[in-house]
Amino acid sequence: MMIAIQTTNLTKKFNTRVAVDSLNLSIEKGELFALLGENGAGKTTTIKMLCCLTAPTGGDAVLLGDSIIQNPTAVKQKINVSPQETAVAPNLSVKENLELIAGIYGGDKQKSHLKADEMMRDFGLTERAGDKAKNLSGGMQRRLSIAMALISDPEILFLDEPTLGLDVRARRELWKKIKELKGKKTIVLTTHYLEEAEALADRIAIIHDGALQALGTAQYLRELTGTTTLEDAFLQLSETEVSQ
Amino acid sequence: MRLAAFASRNRKEILRDPLNIAFGVGFPLVLLFLLSAIQANVPVSLFEIEQLTPGIAVFGLSFISLFSGMLIAKDRSSSFLTRLFASPLSASDYILGYALPLLPIAIMQSAICFLAAFFLGLAINVKILVTLMVLIPTAILYMGFGLLAGSLFNDKQVGGICGALLTNLSAWLSGTWFDLNLVGGAFEKVAELLPFVHAVDAAKAAISGEYSSVFPHLLWVIGYGVVIFTLAVVAFRKKMKGK
Repeated sequence: MMIAIQTTNLTKKFNTRVAVDSLNLSIEKGELFALLGENGAGKTTTIKMLCCLTAPTGGDAVLLGDSIIQNPTAVKQKINVSPQETAVAPNLSVKENLELIAGIYGGDKQKSHLKADEMMRDFGLTERAGDKAKNLSGGMQRRLSIAMALISDPEILFLDEPTLGLDVRARRELWKKIKELKGKKTIVLTTHYLEEAEALADRIAIIHDGALQALGTAQYLRELTGTTTLEDAFLQLSETEVSQ
Repeated sequence: MRLAAFASRNRKEILRDPLNIAFGVGFPLVLLFLLSAIQANVPVSLFEIEQLTPGIAVFGLSFISLFSGMLIAKDRSSSFLTRLFASPLSASDYILGYALPLLPIAIMQSAICFLAAFFLGLAINVKILVTLMVLIPTAILYMGFGLLAGSLFNDKQVGGICGALLTNLSAWLSGTWFDLNLVGGAFEKVAELLPFVHAVDAAKAAISGEYSSVFPHLLWVIGYGVVIFTLAVVAFRKKMKGK
């Protein structure tokens, strides 16, 4: 199996505070990988480093053969991200938002137009094509956000808290869309919803205070801790360090 | 193509916000008509249409900083910039993408101001075209203010800094509403050290055809423009690096 993301002692410090502490991860191509942790655990900082948004203070990460330190431009061509907040252009229509991102990733007008139509079809946004993004519901904005992240056809997709603040129905609809991507894209998902990680991820990494506490399938994490639910496993693992 | 896509998005965001149109075009026009009405009843040389229009045009341009500052600050707070920073856009694509759409908007803003002044008695001739060109460095200066504020502050702070503080400073220290000589002292000296009065005086010199007087004033505006824009680029690049 080909490795899509390999981090080696990836570290980020903000003055004396260690946000991410020597993270070593190996994520396979086509895998849906979840980073699970409490608020401030270091999930978003990890994503930001992998997306070349902030430089690591130590270590490195290689994404499909390119280092985030040595060759961030090549990395950026292969990835896309749906940030934690709904990052859409509010006064642009749904279609214009999609065409904008397609254009930024180098698509010409005709190609951008066709890709936007395709994404709107896939994400059930066609009927709202002409509506300004600011007038969409929270769930629809999230769908648009993920569609914008996918329009560049990235090999690796980062979803940072994709269902944060959504109601149950909107969350389940989004889960369905994310599940459809499984195997087609390498997806790194951050969440602090345990059921989300369990429902979607092939493997789960539990991060606490910037450090990796445990890594494996939901079943493995339950067995590791001798618990019956992922929630109990998570609580146990985020209190004490477990050797890998 | 990348730059064009980004610049086009920024132009649409600015022009589709009705508040931008109201403040950037509507408010200066209301002032132009109001002060002209005062001039019609109580003649004041400062409010003669040839004297007044350049000042109002510069005042209108001060809202350019609000447009650009708010757009950048909102893009930062909504994480829209995070999405873009993860894309292959370069630093120069961002700077130009935010700045370029503002230039035609600024020129259009000034042109509307002069068109309105025409209906109030301003003669339309080649000097107006020269004045529009003389106003371009002022527009660039205000773009720089907006880019700098948007890179450093959140949208609420930008609203206060660019929407209230800068526009008021631009107005009071420009010699448009009152003659700075009448106040004199430290106020006049401070005003002379800032670019606003020079922006107005350069435009006034251009509209009256005294072209030799344009450049000394314009030098102040260009100097401030270079410094502010450089600071803005440095601040924006720091944000790009996640600092």
